[in-house]
Amino acid sequence: MTPLLEVRDLRKHFPVRRGLLQRVTGHVKALDGVSLDLASGECFALVGESGSGKTTFGRCVLRLEEPTSGVVRFQGEDLLALSPAELRERRRHFQVVFQDPYGSLNPRMRIQSILSEPLEVHDTVPETERAERIEELLTLVGLTKDAGRRFPHEFSGGQRQRIGIARALAPEPSLLVADEPVSALDVSVRAQIINLLVDLQNRFGLTMIFIAHDLAVVEQTADRVGVMYLGRIVELGATRDIFAAPQHPYTVSLLSAVPVADPARRRDRILLEGEPPSPLSPPPGCPFHPRCPIAKDRCRQEEPALTGSTDSRQVACHYPGELEPEGLGLSANGTF
Amino acid sequence: METLLAVDSLSVSFPVGDHWVPVVRGVSLDVGAGEFVGLVGESGSGKSMTAYAILRLVPDPGRITGGRILLDGEDLLGLSDARMRSVRGARIGMIFQEPMTALNPVFTVGFQITEAVRVHHRVSKREAELEAVRLLDLVAIPAARQRLEDYPHQLSGGQRQRVMIAIALASKPDLLIADEPTTALDVTIQAQILELLERLRRELGLAVLLITHDLAVVAETCARVVVMYAGQVVEEAPVETLFAAPAHPYTRGLLTAAPGLGRPGARGELATIPGQVPEMARLPTGCAFHPRCSEVMDECARENPDVYPLSSEHRARCFLHGTPASRSEAS
Ligand SMILES: Nc1ncnc2c1ncn2[C@@H]1O[C@H](COP(=O)(O)OP(=O)(O)OP(=O)(O)O)[C@@H](O)[C@H]1O
Ligand SMILES: Nc1ncnc2c1ncn2[C@@H]1O[C@H](COP(=O)(O)OP(=O)(O)OP(=O)(O)O)[C@@H](O)[C@H]1O
Ligand code: SF4
Ligand code: SF4
Ligand SMILES: [Mg+2]
Ligand SMILES: [Mg+2]
Repeated sequence: MTPLLEVRDLRKHFPVRRGLLQRVTGHVKALDGVSLDLASGECFALVGESGSGKTTFGRCVLRLEEPTSGVVRFQGEDLLALSPAELRERRRHFQVVFQDPYGSLNPRMRIQSILSEPLEVHDTVPETERAERIEELLTLVGLTKDAGRRFPHEFSGGQRQRIGIARALAPEPSLLVADEPVSALDVSVRAQIINLLVDLQNRFGLTMIFIAHDLAVVEQTADRVGVMYLGRIVELGATRDIFAAPQHPYTVSLLSAVPVADPARRRDRILLEGEPPSPLSPPPGCPFHPRCPIAKDRCRQEEPALTGSTDSRQVACHYPGELEPEGLGLSANGTF
Repeated sequence: METLLAVDSLSVSFPVGDHWVPVVRGVSLDVGAGEFVGLVGESGSGKSMTAYAILRLVPDPGRITGGRILLDGEDLLGLSDARMRSVRGARIGMIFQEPMTALNPVFTVGFQITEAVRVHHRVSKREAELEAVRLLDLVAIPAARQRLEDYPHQLSGGQRQRVMIAIALASKPDLLIADEPTTALDVTIQAQILELLERLRRELGLAVLLITHDLAVVAETCARVVVMYAGQVVEEAPVETLFAAPAHPYTRGLLTAAPGLGRPGARGELATIPGQVPEMARLPTGCAFHPRCSEVMDECARENPDVYPLSSEHRARCFLHGTPASRSEAS
């Protein structure tokens, strides 16, 4: 079976311009060789450091940003080779929920126009049924029908986030990139939206790239997880396996830092030592070595590749599994 | 503990059509000097609007329609605009929910932080720049020096959020109002930022009003929690009490819906609170929560519950904990 989405060695290097002459003085390697296959109907979660390239990955895959190099194939078709017109035509199949909901909604448009735009552009719903469809979408994300007549600034942060979700779902996409889609929502509404996304996935085979910082949500929704650090995937595998037995020291420390909703068990947090790395000048060898509690000489010289069989666990570390979760306050069964 | 901020019966309304719709309805809450107070509640319940009102930054056409906001006993609503601006800068810092809209896209982040430093402290440009780098280091932005020349769009969501935190801390405020300050951050950096705030509390007596949807963050950092629903405070308690013995059915629902690590249910079957969040312009009669409440009683649809005390530190707005006015009068 060919995967729905194939990504090969995707790179995005942003030039850094400095001084009066705006000379290029270096590059931010926001994405530094990411490869990934997504099966149809799969929910893939991307987690990791803030600034590690998750948003950039989502944008490059959908060609909202031109990657520096690499291959992106959607249903076998090379997306990077498409003309702008062809790309526009394909757009309805892949939609995005942006991380910053307000910045991505046109402040001068009423919600009903924002939602009807994708329906008009792709002409998926006959004009006579559009109003009905818009009401349906609003209800779907837990907003009232009246919301259609209002403007984006009249909504709270979480309400705007839901408008962004409704807009993305409007043209019935087959691939959805959802960048922090529920971070601004209270837990109950969040649960409703996630249940909705999972339901769409089950019913229509929606494939999803789910970018999130909330690991508890990821644990409950994703089939597979990729952990990013400094522009690369450092661990990849089935959600259950990764949460039960993280292999990469960064994944281990990430899981140990998850706060617990129980004031009686407030504990000392384990903070990662050392400076977060600069994407302008990544450290030599393993990019995690300056902060890794078990770094050895080899780590400072030799960069570990992402290894392991593609259909199970892959880890980019010379000493996978050697950092015991216990050492970081995590109990053996992965719970706290 | 000395009360630093006292919000008393605060109301905020917006015009919708030809009438005013209240979105904050008589909110009262206190923050002590050096205290961390969590403000949680359903999306759209008026948390951000309460924060804006405290800073007198309610966006047009909204209005503060009632109440008092006392900072060290002085009513902020009575201050001149100029005095208020200086309070906003020097005494209360604010981290906004959406960093992209709060940062100015046409100026570099370095310029925006050094401006914030210079507004409050008479220092040279050079010194302000050093301070800016120090602040960015503090909030764990890598290669702080180089990033000063970046524009907001060149930063990731979490980096923008940290720049906002740096700007809010630049004036060394007594009170920080932080609206979802760590949602765009991974948990290791979140832990670092929360640790930083805790250190500022210990060393400088910083007080924080923390608005968040993350109950785990509340559990780990706050001493007291205030819960809002449909524009009102529905429960207030010390954090241990709130988690161990939540009194309001909405709070109980929230705690059940909170996902935790290591207890994955069947996929996609997260607990929710049934029913829809009410529209502020069309609130149900009686208790605003009654159409969704599993413990609803006859009086709930008819009468508005007061805030009833459960102990000296614990209050809830629910008839499970107090008698309706009509009945107590009759008896
Ligand atoms: N237009 C740009 N110009 C220069 N650098 C950029 C640009 N966009 C992103 N970057 C840099 O690329 C890196 C990756 O950014 P990205 O937004 O993909 O991170 P992220 O993983 O989504 O982080 P977060 O969790 O904080 O949202 C960051 O260091 C960021 O500063
Ligand atoms: N300009 C406006 N006109 C009318 N109603 C508005 C306006 N701005 C905000 N509101 C309403 O005020 C209510 C409170 O909004 P607020 O931003 O305080 O919610 P919140 O509790 O911060 O929610 P969230 O958790 O989603 O950020 C919302 O129901 C919103 O729809
Ligand atoms: S390769 Fe070495 S430094 Fe890198 S994560 Fe593995 S043990 Fe740590
Ligand atoms: S007053 Fe009645 S409806 Fe409201 S929360 Fe209490 S029991 Fe439920
Ligand atoms: Mg991002
Ligand atoms: Mg808000």
